[in-house]
Amino acid sequence: MSIQQFIANEVKSNDVILFMKGTPQFPQCGFSGQVVQILDYLGVPYKGLNVLESDELRQGIKAYSNWPTVPQLYVKGEFVGGCDIVREMFQAGELQTLLKEKGLAVREAARA
Amino acid sequence: MPMDAHDIERLIKIAIPDAEVTIRDLAGDGDHYAAMVVAESFRGKSRVQQHQMVYAALKGSMGGALHALALQTATPEGH
Repeated sequence: MSIQQFIANEVKSNDVILFMKGTPQFPQCGFSGQVVQILDYLGVPYKGLNVLESDELRQGIKAYSNWPTVPQLYVKGEFVGGCDIVREMFQAGELQTLLKEKGLAVREAARA
Repeated sequence: MPMDAHDIERLIKIAIPDAEVTIRDLAGDGDHYAAMVVAESFRGKSRVQQHQMVYAALKGSMGGALHALALQTATPEGH
């Protein structure tokens, strides 16, 4: 399986997936850590994929989305954005709306 | 090779001529910037598309030399 097939498969088979540096338990970059904090605050279940484990994955994800950096958040197969966009959407309540629209549970307190 | 604020602004304006660009150097190390880009040509585009336009303007230095560019994009207000 090519790296692009691997990524496509991961993106399709996980409702919410975050390609990041490090793991949700141990983010290894401030930007990845910020997205982890937002997702944890929202209480939405997600999968974290550590791109530091494979340079092929680290480069492959950038090609897959035509986005030059990590982290990258995907919801229901759609690329949502990197740290800036996820934070901006979270602050505007748009991330909560998006998750609800996709039928994904968001912690009660976090509803915008 | 770190980029300075003028390089960033110049590259963005070459690719997006109608852009208004304000850049703050977050850490003084030429590697961590915050940029606000306002352009009419962003209108109707999603945030991801707007950011991709800016990254395309920076021609591959994003992610490399510019490890961290905190980016905000917007269309000019109503006028």
